[in-house]
Amino acid sequence: MKSTPYLLSLPALLLFAVVVVVPLVMTVALSFHDWGQYKGIEPVFILKNWREVFTDSYYGEMFARTFRIAFFVTLLAALFGAPEAYILNRMKSPWRGVFLLVILGPLLISVVARTLGWALLFGGNSGLVNKALMSTGLISSPLPFMFTEAGMVVALAHVLMPYMVLAVWAALQRLDPQIENAAVALGAGPFTVVRRIVLPQVMPGILSGSIIVFVLAASAFATPAIIGGRRLKVASTLAYDEFLNTLNWPLGAVIAVLLLVALVLIVVSASRLVERRYAQVFG
Amino acid sequence: MAFLVLENLSKTFGTHKAVDGLSVSVEKGEFVALLGPSGCGKTTTLQMIAGFVEPTSGAIRLEGRDLLAVKPAERGLGIVFQSYALFPHMTVAENVVFGLEMQGVAAAERTKRVAETLELVGLAAFAARFPRQMSGGQQQRVALARALVIRPQILLLDEPLSNLDAKLREEMQIELRQIQRTVGTTTILVTHDQAEAMALSDRIVVMNQGRAEQIGPPHEAYERPATPFVANFLGKTNLVNGATVRPEKISFGVSGLAGKVRTRIFQGNHWLYQVDTAAGLVTVIRQNTGEAMPAEGADVHLAWQAAS
Ligand SMILES: Nc1ncnc2c1ncn2[C@@H]1O[C@H](COP(=O)(O)OP(=O)(O)OP(=O)(O)O)[C@@H](O)[C@H]1O
Ligand SMILES: [Mg+2]
Repeated sequence: MKSTPYLLSLPALLLFAVVVVVPLVMTVALSFHDWGQYKGIEPVFILKNWREVFTDSYYGEMFARTFRIAFFVTLLAALFGAPEAYILNRMKSPWRGVFLLVILGPLLISVVARTLGWALLFGGNSGLVNKALMSTGLISSPLPFMFTEAGMVVALAHVLMPYMVLAVWAALQRLDPQIENAAVALGAGPFTVVRRIVLPQVMPGILSGSIIVFVLAASAFATPAIIGGRRLKVASTLAYDEFLNTLNWPLGAVIAVLLLVALVLIVVSASRLVERRYAQVFG
Repeated sequence: MAFLVLENLSKTFGTHKAVDGLSVSVEKGEFVALLGPSGCGKTTTLQMIAGFVEPTSGAIRLEGRDLLAVKPAERGLGIVFQSYALFPHMTVAENVVFGLEMQGVAAAERTKRVAETLELVGLAAFAARFPRQMSGGQQQRVALARALVIRPQILLLDEPLSNLDAKLREEMQIELRQIQRTVGTTTILVTHDQAEAMALSDRIVVMNQGRAEQIGPPHEAYERPATPFVANFLGKTNLVNGATVRPEKISFGVSGLAGKVRTRIFQGNHWLYQVDTAAGLVTVIRQNTGEAMPAEGADVHLAWQAAS
């Protein structure tokens, strides 16, 4: 019967509607409600919250910070993750497995634990690295790490690195094993081989890894919450605060919806760009 | 003095001897085929000449100079890989010009030589295509053009035709031979297809388990195989009363070894017979000349000239 496939996927569709679409629609609806310190949430349709977010420069700065951090995290992850994947791919049998585990192992540890590790190393005067550096006299005051954007970038890049390594690794696996030899036989040196043969071919992998890392960085919560605390807020920590501390749910909803829309737009246009650019070559 | 000399070349992986004391000398302009079953060490030999695998022992000399002391990037050899290993992100012209850029050839000269070489392999109209947009045979020719354009001292071909279907393979064999004749480059072809080796090469090296069983012109190796392995590998053979006889050398006559046709298979230009005889099952190949041939179950007599 023609309708059988649809009937069969109905349960899954229903589940999807209940757990994804409904809350999403409700969040969007919530963003148009009114809220007051004493009256709570009023289910009316007003644009107050949206106007506030778009006119108050505080929110503009916060979103700019969110995407700036995500951008630098992506850059850092690509700069370190791509060479890491390449080196990993060239390793011989026993070492490759060992180092793959070393790189992917952190995924098994909670993000909170990994971020707290950074806090322990660099947190103020008592951070281990800061202490050590100050005792050797290399620096006179602790390196600023906590509550800084740089700190957030470094910690997030560390947390999200495995995703980049995996994406590039997958692209490297698709390379013809003889392709580097082919270039060498034609007289190319090792640097030329990487720049002109390997890099262009794994570029789609780097870009798709970048999209994943960017989205995860822009929507990350735990790491910005620990490193940035309440002083340096990004979209997700601000939305959290509005929901759970200020209890201004409608305003939190506006931020959440804006973050979602921005990310969807970025992801869709970036992947369209990648596809168009490489469709002809890699089919 | 020979152009390229492999001297007692060996390669051991762990405890496995992939190549075991191989000695071959190749003359300038010669077309030599390394022929043997899968896993006999052909690719390993080729990779040692190219410099991607380091020999465990032995020497390789090119015009008397020690080739092993030269880095792979500086050996100036043209290689066509089994998978072609074309650069997928570059057009045909960019693929072909790559080697010239590496050699630092001037731009005008590069353009001229790329055009010439694409002309040679019959791909002049495809310069702007990407490899993905081409058929297997065309990709194979791009790989050949990329190897030839740098005017290599030696052309190394690793099963270049094995990915093609039978008809295209035959066409490409003829083309490959013509191109090699035109350019005159010394060529070493690796293949496990005995028909291909015999069709293309001046001499074949029949390899078995890392060793050369016989080195010689195809005709000689076929007619006078040095070992039973060579006899079997180069074509069908019959072992009749201790002598090896090629099936196409046996004819049906009025006298000779008596037998009964067990099966008869029509193969277009020839008939393939299996005949039960007192000396065992004998394979016979007869040209299809249009004449009537013995049917299955017929009583026949088999005759042949003793091998000289
Ligand atoms: N890197 C390697 N490590 C270990 N063993 C290897 C390696 N390369 C090749 N061998 C072994 O050496 C032997 C010869 O391999 P080679 O690739 O030269 O065979 P070949 O004659 O080219 O076979 P084919 O026709 O299947 O390509 C094989 O038994 C193979 O398993
Ligand atoms: Mg091989």
